[in-house]
Amino acid sequence: MTALMKPTDIQNPDYFHKVVDCQWACPAHTPVPEYIRLISQERYTEAYMVNWDSNVFPGILGRTCDRPCEPACRRVRTEEKPVAICRLKRVAADHKGDIRDYLPRIPTQKNGKKIALIGAGPASLAVARDLMPMGYEVHLFERDAKAGGMMRSQIPAFRLPMDVLEEEVNLILDMGVVCHFGAEITSMQAILDQGFDAVFVGTGAPRGRDLDLPGRAEADPFIHLGIDWLASVAFGHTEKIEGKVVVLGGGNTAMDCCRTSRRLGAESVQVVVRSAFEVMKASEWEKEEAIAEGIPIINNRPPKSFVVEDGKLKGMVFECVEPVKQDDGRLKYVPTGEPDVFVECDHVLIAIGQDNHCPWIERDLGIEFDRWDCPVLDKETLQSGNPKIFFGGDAAFGPENIIWASAHAHKAAISIHLFCQGMDVKADRPPEGVNLISQKMGMHEWSYDSEHDPAPRYHVPHADLAHSLANVKIEVELGFDRHLGAKEAQRCLNCDVQTVFTEKLCIECDACVDICPMDCITFTDNADEPDLRQMLMAPADNLAQDLYVSDTLADTGRVMVKDEDVCLHCGLCAERCPTGAWDMQKSVINIPQVHA
Amino acid sequence: MTFVAKPRTHHPKLPRNDLGLTRRDYEGAVSTLCAGCGHDSVSAAIIQACHELSIPAHRVAKLSGIGCSSKTPTYFLGKSHGFNSVHGRMPSVATGANMANRELYYIGISGDGDTASIGLGQFAHIVRRRINMTYVVDNNGTYGLTKGQFSATNDKGSTSKKGAPNLYEPIDLAMMAIQIGATFVARSFSGDKAQLVPLLKAALKHEGFAFLDVISPCVAFNNHNGSTKSYEYVRSHTETMAVADLIPIRDEIRVDYAPGTVEDVAMPDGSTLRLHKLHRDYDPRDRVGAMDTLMRRAEVGEIATGLLYLDDDPSDCHEILNTVNAPLATLGEAELCPGSERLEAINAAFR
Repeated sequence: MTALMKPTDIQNPDYFHKVVDCQWACPAHTPVPEYIRLISQERYTEAYMVNWDSNVFPGILGRTCDRPCEPACRRVRTEEKPVAICRLKRVAADHKGDIRDYLPRIPTQKNGKKIALIGAGPASLAVARDLMPMGYEVHLFERDAKAGGMMRSQIPAFRLPMDVLEEEVNLILDMGVVCHFGAEITSMQAILDQGFDAVFVGTGAPRGRDLDLPGRAEADPFIHLGIDWLASVAFGHTEKIEGKVVVLGGGNTAMDCCRTSRRLGAESVQVVVRSAFEVMKASEWEKEEAIAEGIPIINNRPPKSFVVEDGKLKGMVFECVEPVKQDDGRLKYVPTGEPDVFVECDHVLIAIGQDNHCPWIERDLGIEFDRWDCPVLDKETLQSGNPKIFFGGDAAFGPENIIWASAHAHKAAISIHLFCQGMDVKADRPPEGVNLISQKMGMHEWSYDSEHDPAPRYHVPHADLAHSLANVKIEVELGFDRHLGAKEAQRCLNCDVQTVFTEKLCIECDACVDICPMDCITFTDNADEPDLRQMLMAPADNLAQDLYVSDTLADTGRVMVKDEDVCLHCGLCAERCPTGAWDMQKSVINIPQVHA
Repeated sequence: MTFVAKPRTHHPKLPRNDLGLTRRDYEGAVSTLCAGCGHDSVSAAIIQACHELSIPAHRVAKLSGIGCSSKTPTYFLGKSHGFNSVHGRMPSVATGANMANRELYYIGISGDGDTASIGLGQFAHIVRRRINMTYVVDNNGTYGLTKGQFSATNDKGSTSKKGAPNLYEPIDLAMMAIQIGATFVARSFSGDKAQLVPLLKAALKHEGFAFLDVISPCVAFNNHNGSTKSYEYVRSHTETMAVADLIPIRDEIRVDYAPGTVEDVAMPDGSTLRLHKLHRDYDPRDRVGAMDTLMRRAEVGEIATGLLYLDDDPSDCHEILNTVNAPLATLGEAELCPGSERLEAINAAFR
């Protein structure tokens, strides 16, 4: 006897949330289709606020996000290229109007609780954004003279213009955050001694990894740690780099280093990576941009030594390896037998990763640290062993990216609020929820643009290459204009407008089965899940995508099974349903925040 | 109907047939019938059957008369030939077309009005002549296009949407077809594609006149409680007599049924028609027995479905008339016109 599939519980907020692949993949769970629809309606300000509410830095993220949403986009499975979600976020930010009326009011009467935020990067700023409207007195501590953290120091201006950064940072500081900038924070105990009710640590992963190879010490004046060098460029301490430059590493920092070098006058720049091109950590588009700027990326070359003559760096020696796929699918690099290669260079930028580093937190405060110097935290509450101290962003679980910092910040802000109000940070957390709202406006009328647009992904315009290479502050990507943005927005499948099925209305006429362009819907005898997945109109082989199973139907004893995998959300099932058993309903996922 | 065109995008794993085509390649324009109309399911079943048989669309001619049913050829096989004729006159056009070119697949789509009322005379004679075609009646027992009057197949006592009973006896088209010479007769239900698609495949491969009476509920005018052609009534009052599966040439035939219930019939193209007798006492090759069963079932308000009658050695009109094998449309003047000398000789024979 096999176990028949149970009817799907669509009241569970996770069920329809998972169908909205982009939102599910986004650490901050930004309601992507919602803001894309607003862009289609030219309501850029509202689109911006939907983003601001959930990810805090739409203008910054619209240029720099790691975009976990895009590989998740359903369009990858139904066609090929995802919707340009990130660039649309930028469209909202670039074209928004005056947002002041939409911002939360900050109470003049404070609630009497004082919070310290250490480090003025995205995590701390987002916590401040969440706590200020609740009446907290928020103190922000930063060693640099200005707020922004890695967004200011590590992301070059040709990717993120300074005015975009300052606009969104100032929006938060202007809420009345008390700023303590320009002094290194050296002791957590000292902070605690100032009588804060809670402390949030958002100091990032500030230490660039070094490379201990022969010749390292002698070559020191010509070797720079990637993130430190980018910071000195950002703050104007470094204005040029001369001669031949080698960048070591395959992540986004390496891409930023090589492209910055190209702009600061290097005679030649090349990136040398120990691993294969396909497994480089840099985002696809960052690699593409570097290549488009004429920077060679040389793979499968682990570094062996620095060569120094007469106190000057001459170059580096690399081994030649090739990747061999192991039985477990992982790559192992084996020497090819070719002689080592010598690469001539005058400067080396090391961008091979970064680590957490909290020497300023005393080890007797109740916070445990693991062997990577990351604090041991509760994943849900971000509370450390010291109940007063919370962590977020890269400081919490190691290097991630800005969107994760926003996500951590919302959780930490809830915890801090509960903690300060004397509630349980775990048990009293507000739950997630889901609202379903019918989109039917009348006969064949839906409140969303249901028609499927098969257009391929639109290319984003770029600044002229020679022009942008001449100045490190000239933004390379120009962003979609309103017209292109509107066209790209039409590619969104509106995955948050759900196909909702009501068993008792169904007369099993097959109209939905016949019209569905993607063969998502089947009426069949029930079975256990693996069998059922093969009994459908088209096999449901993508196990990451759920089956929507109805209760048993009265007339035939069959069930309705819908494979969510490649549904276009075109609404034709509801359009052809004579009884309204299918309806298109917008799922609004309520992701808790302090103020909600 | 819908105003939104069905997207061309299809499931990435949609099966392809021997011609490399997906089922979607056999579709037509988007339907303008009411949402939930059974006729759309019949169209979908025809699409599926033609796809599974790997029939090239340009080798099919679709013929129809007038009515909701007769609109449907627009909604399937968009790349086939088609002729939408005068009301009730589809059989004449089908006969002419088949006479001119015996090599095409002919699919006639008609309704209970088009066939059982205005076209009843035409219907009777195309059956007698055994034109090699698949004649499908989308039978909903009502005149949907003129807002719900009883049609000639509506059962006596069945009511209109407002409750008025039908006073006249119904015409059973399947029974008529068996009686006057059809060599393949089946009845099915638009809501049961598992039964309908194999029957359509067998009918398309049948080398004679194949008739399918498909009960196809009208959701707008004949799907209420007093109707005997509603989704609910049909589902609860049918019994399948026999079904037929067409097994392609390349598939190995394995017998896994109880002896006596399954019989294989060799088809002219080398495939096999497998008959499953689902009802113990029913023999689909017994013409008189079939009519007897249909009448007895109808007496008690039950609907006998499935393959009702099969002549497994059928003859068609071309065989009856002893025409040449080559389609007449391909013959030149030399073959078609024997010349004045021959005419003189014939005329002389009458003097």
